[in-house]
Amino acid sequence: MIRVTRKVEFSAAHFYHNPAFSAEENKRVFGKCANLHGHGHNYVLEVTVAGEPDPATGMVLDLKELKDILQREIVDRMDHRHLNHEVPELAGKIPTCENIAAVIWNLLEPRIKQGKLDRVRLYESPDLFADCTAESNGNVGFAGGRA
Amino acid sequence: MTTRLKLSLTRRYRFSASHRLHSAEFSEEENLRLYGKCSNPYGHGHNYVVEVTMGGPVDPATGMIANLGELDPFVEREVIEAFDQKYLNEEVPQFSAQVPTTENVCREIYRRLKPFPAARLERVRIEETSNNSFEFAG
Repeated sequence: MIRVTRKVEFSAAHFYHNPAFSAEENKRVFGKCANLHGHGHNYVLEVTVAGEPDPATGMVLDLKELKDILQREIVDRMDHRHLNHEVPELAGKIPTCENIAAVIWNLLEPRIKQGKLDRVRLYESPDLFADCTAESNGNVGFAGGRA
Repeated sequence: MTTRLKLSLTRRYRFSASHRLHSAEFSEEENLRLYGKCSNPYGHGHNYVVEVTMGGPVDPATGMIANLGELDPFVEREVIEAFDQKYLNEEVPQFSAQVPTTENVCREIYRRLKPFPAARLERVRIEETSNNSFEFAG
């Protein structure tokens, strides 16, 4: 099996706020990220697709097609957007790296027709990233919708 | 169809330290043969990068596996304060009887971070230089 990874970047704003918390709790739990005006990041998304290369083309998938899927499903949806206000898939969720990675997985997974989505890695900064994969043995993280 | 997803969060930290690869069990010649210039008696240093990976679940109230407001000070206290700007052989007690190869440093950092109460430590990966890295997952 071969893993193919494509990288794409988008810049977006967000803040962390749980309406069930008091203002003090939001401040205590989320710190600076609770600033309701929001702040932004240059996100770097690495999408890995796994599969056997097609003997006729030598490719697991057509990278041009993956590039178009990433542009349409992720960049067009999230680039230069406010993730709390403008991305319906994140409505009601706190737009942490973990939750955004899971939303990105759910957006991409049904659209990858050649090979299989193997991993979504989302960098919020060079020193912080979340990985999302399909559950293999236990360790369930998140199941699509917020509890 | 709902795919059950597995999530992890990885944070990168840095410290700079010196070490010397030298084992009291070997003769000077054997140390030199085995460890080469890493056995220089005065030691040498690296800018280490430590990648700490924490596993799920994601807390629905915070959207987080681990709150960096808790993880950062924990790593700072348990690892960075103890290792940064230190001579590992002399100043980190675990390396008085153990050669501070980055394999051993990796395991020691894993041991120190394993008790983090709010999430499950999945993996520690250390870059000793941009060309060498070491991983320990327990």
